[in-house]
Amino acid sequence: MHKIALLFLATLVLAACGNSEPPAAKGPELVVYSSRIEQLIKPIFDDFTKETGISIRYVTDEAGPLLARLKAEGENSPADMLITVDAGNLWHAADMGILHAVQSETLSVNIPPALRDEQGRWFGVSIRARTIVYATDRVKPEELAGYEDLADEKWSGRLCLRTSKKVYNQSLVASMISAFGEEKAEQIVGAWVNNLAVPPFSNDVKVVEAIEAGQCDVGLVNTYYLARMLVENPELPIGLFWANQGGEGVAARGVHVNVSGAGITKASKHKENALRLLEWLSGPSAQYDFAHLNQEYPVNDKTAPSELINQWGSFRADTMPLSEAGRLQGDAIKLMDRAGYR
Amino acid sequence: MPDKPRPLFASQEFALSEAGGAPRRSAAGLWLLRLIGVAAVLAVMAPILVVVMSWGSAQTEVWQHLIATQLASLLFNTLVLLVGVAILVSVLGIGLAWLTVMCEFPGRAWFEWLLMLPLAVPAYVMAFVILGVFDFGGPLQSFLRLQFGQQYGSMDVRNALTVIIVFSLVLYPYVYMLARSAFLSQSSDTTEAARVLGCNPWQAFYRVALPMARPAIVAGVSLAMMETLADFGTVAVFNYDTFTTAIYKSWFGFFNIQAAAQLASILLLFVALTLFAERRSRGGRRFVQGGRLQHRYRFAVKPVKAWAMTICCSVVLALAFVLPVFQLLVWAVDEGVAQLNQRFFELLQHTVLLAGLAAAITVFLALVLAFNRRQFKRGGFFSVAQLGYALPGSVLAVGIMLSFTFIDNQVFIPVQRWLGMSPVPVLVGSIATLLAAYWIRFLAVASGPLESSLERIRPSLPEAARTLGANGSELVWRIYLPMLRPGLLTAMVLVFVDVMKEMPATLLLRPYGWDTLAVRIYEMTAEGQWQLAALPALALVAAGLIPVVISIRRSRH
Repeated sequence: MHKIALLFLATLVLAACGNSEPPAAKGPELVVYSSRIEQLIKPIFDDFTKETGISIRYVTDEAGPLLARLKAEGENSPADMLITVDAGNLWHAADMGILHAVQSETLSVNIPPALRDEQGRWFGVSIRARTIVYATDRVKPEELAGYEDLADEKWSGRLCLRTSKKVYNQSLVASMISAFGEEKAEQIVGAWVNNLAVPPFSNDVKVVEAIEAGQCDVGLVNTYYLARMLVENPELPIGLFWANQGGEGVAARGVHVNVSGAGITKASKHKENALRLLEWLSGPSAQYDFAHLNQEYPVNDKTAPSELINQWGSFRADTMPLSEAGRLQGDAIKLMDRAGYR
Repeated sequence: MPDKPRPLFASQEFALSEAGGAPRRSAAGLWLLRLIGVAAVLAVMAPILVVVMSWGSAQTEVWQHLIATQLASLLFNTLVLLVGVAILVSVLGIGLAWLTVMCEFPGRAWFEWLLMLPLAVPAYVMAFVILGVFDFGGPLQSFLRLQFGQQYGSMDVRNALTVIIVFSLVLYPYVYMLARSAFLSQSSDTTEAARVLGCNPWQAFYRVALPMARPAIVAGVSLAMMETLADFGTVAVFNYDTFTTAIYKSWFGFFNIQAAAQLASILLLFVALTLFAERRSRGGRRFVQGGRLQHRYRFAVKPVKAWAMTICCSVVLALAFVLPVFQLLVWAVDEGVAQLNQRFFELLQHTVLLAGLAAAITVFLALVLAFNRRQFKRGGFFSVAQLGYALPGSVLAVGIMLSFTFIDNQVFIPVQRWLGMSPVPVLVGSIATLLAAYWIRFLAVASGPLESSLERIRPSLPEAARTLGANGSELVWRIYLPMLRPGLLTAMVLVFVDVMKEMPATLLLRPYGWDTLAVRIYEMTAEGQWQLAALPALALVAAGLIPVVISIRRSRH
């Protein structure tokens, strides 16, 4: 029992030290809240520190809790930058008024307008394309066209989807609301649900595995998941089809793309250095890392995608501004709930 | 808890009437006891209050949408899950505890402690292992299809039954550990008396042992149910929608944190009412032990039955522990040891350090609260401290973050400004706050075993010590703590393991760089890289085994 008492004392001592842990290095420092995981940001931060001498501290978490924390901390927040995935999250961050608007020539040149906020509050730093994958032995690419064509009866019992709770699907449906209007979009989603071979999966990897195992023939995934699986197994009998490339009008609107992005916080006391980091993220070194660490597409067209994903060729991306997807996210969720898409 | 308090240290008047310096110390000690107790309850109430205050504004849009679309099916799913888990953990936990305590069969001494091991397997890890192994595309069904044709092995296992089994396999140890220590501390006199009076072994169990173990069993089952109710990660793996799904949808989907908090507070109310009802139904009954505690007479069982018992235990152990560990090992070997760098050992170190500190604090506070509850009138007030466990982890984490940020913004920042320092949040992102989050969340876990062993101490014992001149602190050190030792150990182990597995509060409140194994697992699974999560998951299980094994060795003698 005395041991317990001792442990408790030790705890108090440690707790008293609390936040006073000395900073990792003297000199300028930035604090980043990130919902991109450590493995995907640390190499980029390390390069930035090497180049500029500015060290970076970070916490990773899901976007929701991080946004809540930024909002609660308000002007006292130690965070200089928010990095998160999905335009919906970025749009909400901007909407909550926790991001600082910047104008930068470098950023405007490096990042296409559709992939950043009009007012300069957030900037996409890597592109995530969500498109159609199929079983190469059971589906011919000629049978495929756009997302909305997966509503066709011929896919009955052959479609696999990830859960509607994932923000990637919410943004995709938001893009369809933008293209077709709510009523038509709801019909499409309802028909998807009718075509499902099995209830929705919890993640994209499971969708690809289900197609591989023969549970279904077509599905919708972000390309980097497939790329990662191809690294593991180059023989994977799964093909990738770029959606909505041909046809007329909205049918040719292009592949739905989303971003992972970053913005400087209003509370930042180091806005100049934060801007340097933001510009660094859009520059060649970081863009190369985004392309190779996680097989995503660079936003900066001067940087080439990885060799692996180059085999899928180039594609036309939907030019709907991503902030639109953020604005329509709530409507998209409600629509999917009504359509019975779990 | 009975309505009338049964004072731990006898009444204050009595204490004051004693001669010498002891009474004053005792009175001061009582005040300190009460002070710490009240402070702990207030700390738990802060985040809960944040959640309840959400009712200040109407969120009709979200509510209408939920009611129109999903709410009914979510409630139904949740109910099925709760009932299923309650039944299965009871059957597994009580049954296995009874077998290992009361019957003699081959391997019994091993199973006694082996059956506790699944406690160290996080539910979300169990979920992705079970899905990985048994899913349509997994090795088992692929093999069946290959051997026997397409019609075999084309089952979708993502259904309510699988989810119930997954939860039960990792949660039954709560019931098992508590029921076991309750059965162990029942003197064999009682069961022997039952047998002499004509009960067969089954009746002796059903009519005597089981009712006497009720506080322990209820504590275990309600822990399992609260964990199930508040879970999000595990059900998400199966895309099985429960009430928490609505909470997360409101928050992450509609970005409506108020509606999410309103939904969460309904969960809270449900748990509070259930706990209250249980206490009432237990009424003023006492569960103290009479007679000598030297056990062990075990039922001699016929060989056939004995081997059947061995097989039962083996099957549970195989599914709940051997299978997940084996699958994790296969994945970990597949991925190689590239992850095993300096950083990995840091993660391990952080995990064990945080879990150890949190376990010590939590058990200390749970003990203080348990004493408070026994000592004072209206001790039920101190039960509020258990509600932290009833909220979904991330809702509680945000509640704690909001309340600590409030203190930062209102107290520390102005002081720092006044001192001319550059203002930095002091509490949020400090180890102290993270530890506070842990004990706020896990007080209920520590209280279960502590209270059920406290209930079994005969009031006459401390009274006798009192008459012999012992003062309050002597009572604590020489009567209560030694007698509570099994309960204290169980509480420590449970909290230690739970803290190691904890994700949302760790993610949100940890200081920079203080990543743990659970954080690493989150990062890997968030990206769908189950295989890469195998090594940290294995390390988590292995680290969780340490306290389990220690407590077993301690409880042996």
